[in-house]
Amino acid sequence: MSLLSHLGISPQISGLLVEATLQTLQMTAVAGLLGTLFGLPLGVLLATSGRGELLQCVSFNRVAGLIVNATRSTPFIILVVAIIPFTRLVAGTSIGTAAAIVPLTIAAVPFIARIVETAIREVDQGLVEAAKAMGATPLQIIRKVLVPEAMPGIVAGLTLAIVSLIGYSAMVGAVGGGGLGDLGIRYGYQRFMPEVMALVVLVLIVLVQAVQTAGDRVARRVNKRLRDA
Amino acid sequence: MEPMIRLDAVSKHYPARKGSAAVTALSETSLDIARGEIFGVIGRSGAGKSTLIRLINLLERPSSGRVVVGGIDLTGLDNSKLRAARRQIGMIFQHFNLLSSRTVFDNVALPLELAGLSRKDIRSKVTPLLELVGLADKAGRYPAELSGGQKQRVGIARALATEPKVLLCDEATSALDPETTRSILGLLRDINEKLSITIVVITHEMQVIKEICDRVAVIDAGAVVELASVEQVFTRPKTEVTRSLLAVVSGDELPAPLSARLTREPVSGSAVLRLRFTGDDAEAPVIARLSRSHGIDASILHGQVDAIRNASFGTLVIAVPVSGDALAAVIRYLENQNVVVEPLGYLAADLRAAS
Ligand SMILES: Nc1ncnc2c1ncn2[C@@H]1O[C@H](COP(=O)(O)OP(=O)(O)OP(=O)(O)O)[C@@H](O)[C@H]1O
Ligand SMILES: [Mg+2]
Repeated sequence: MSLLSHLGISPQISGLLVEATLQTLQMTAVAGLLGTLFGLPLGVLLATSGRGELLQCVSFNRVAGLIVNATRSTPFIILVVAIIPFTRLVAGTSIGTAAAIVPLTIAAVPFIARIVETAIREVDQGLVEAAKAMGATPLQIIRKVLVPEAMPGIVAGLTLAIVSLIGYSAMVGAVGGGGLGDLGIRYGYQRFMPEVMALVVLVLIVLVQAVQTAGDRVARRVNKRLRDA
Repeated sequence: MEPMIRLDAVSKHYPARKGSAAVTALSETSLDIARGEIFGVIGRSGAGKSTLIRLINLLERPSSGRVVVGGIDLTGLDNSKLRAARRQIGMIFQHFNLLSSRTVFDNVALPLELAGLSRKDIRSKVTPLLELVGLADKAGRYPAELSGGQKQRVGIARALATEPKVLLCDEATSALDPETTRSILGLLRDINEKLSITIVVITHEMQVIKEICDRVAVIDAGAVVELASVEQVFTRPKTEVTRSLLAVVSGDELPAPLSARLTREPVSGSAVLRLRFTGDDAEAPVIARLSRSHGIDASILHGQVDAIRNASFGTLVIAVPVSGDALAAVIRYLENQNVVVEPLGYLAADLRAAS
């Protein structure tokens, strides 16, 4: 805080910056958590419901794949606007941080699902064979073999997803979601305060860097495939 | 006694798909594997070996026929009974298929976790298994930190965790160097003796069959073409496929300069014969006796004596300077001495002198 006042930033602005940072963290964390909660099982189902796979259910696979693709190809800003009625239903309002979490989560779920699907598809089929030969049920194969073996890929993908969420959360600022993006637009752009804009960008960079570093560290910890892991 | 494994007229067809024709990977195969036996299956690449072994634990469903293991018809079981039955059948793989995310200990523990054992019971089973395969000191290591031979030992310990009656090995040593192969085969033999477990070994290497199997089935193009004791197959191979698989290990490959000079048509010179000896005959002075009784100077071109289990056997390629009736008499004489004779061709006289 004193550092900011040294730089000639008013206490009012630094208060706003802290508040906006917390809002961004909150949106990212909650959307990331909910996105993982729904995206992880969806990704597992996408990876295992195809023809000849563990939980074969081809029609589900097709429909889920279609919805996931549709969501992923909709530009985020359009998604935010398009689902306003749904957001109002879930959050009780269509503006503010809580409301912003709804479209963020909806964007995160298919993103994370595809990441999980890819990581699981990369698991050696030989391991599935071995587990089948041991008498494992399909659910046991998923829990004890596929997910743990896919973990390095899943962690790397989740890191990517959270970094993207930080970026998206800045976009929801534009539609009244609060957070760093909102602050940057309202003060930095509309009120011609370039130092606020610069600070917002700086905080975002620090956040992304921190998430990436933490993610890399966890990914390295869970990856036992390397000799010096 | 009832066999441990019975394949009863088992066939496996893969239907045609886009761009590939239908394949019959195994056709109407019937096979009995006895309790406690080490049974080998050998064949060229694509012969249907993996298909056959994967049918035994129903990783592959037969298109027709029955698979009976330990008296239970697996083909008639529902999924949950089949899973229980699979605990009686351990399996190890060419590429080990260990979980990279689990330590050695936890890899061996996996089948026990799947079977729902408590942590305490798991520990009491895993520790002696790691001792059995000589990896007690590696319990906390990850597969990436092990050599190929050590990985396969983990695979073996894991396959034995549920105390199966049968162990299936699909090319279990094909990714290992010869020395490691021998030590893994030695371990399999130990396990067979100590635990009296029935072992099925799939391989494309006769060396592996020779080292540990009691009986062997030779398969080619999805059918068993020869089935006999290992001694029998090594010393009296009946089919061309078997002979060519044997050629690699038993010194059947003639040295190139010699085979280049062999002719199919009789020429004046000498006939070249391959002799196969078994058991005590391998050590008998047959050639010396032949010279004495027929007054023939047989020259030895190539030869090798080897041992399978406790029986020794050998092959010898000789040139005898006779033809026509005299040659027939020599062959008859040798056959009476329990030697299997296979005429290989002829060598021209002047060239023979040069050998
Ligand atoms: N899933 C499958 N779909 C179609 N064809 C298959 C399938 N699996 C095996 N085959 C075919 O069945 C035949 C036998 O294959 P198999 O894998 O049993 O051979 P193999 O004797 O184990 O060969 P290798 O020594 O190369 O492992 C081959 O022609 C193979 O192409
Ligand atoms: Mg094979």
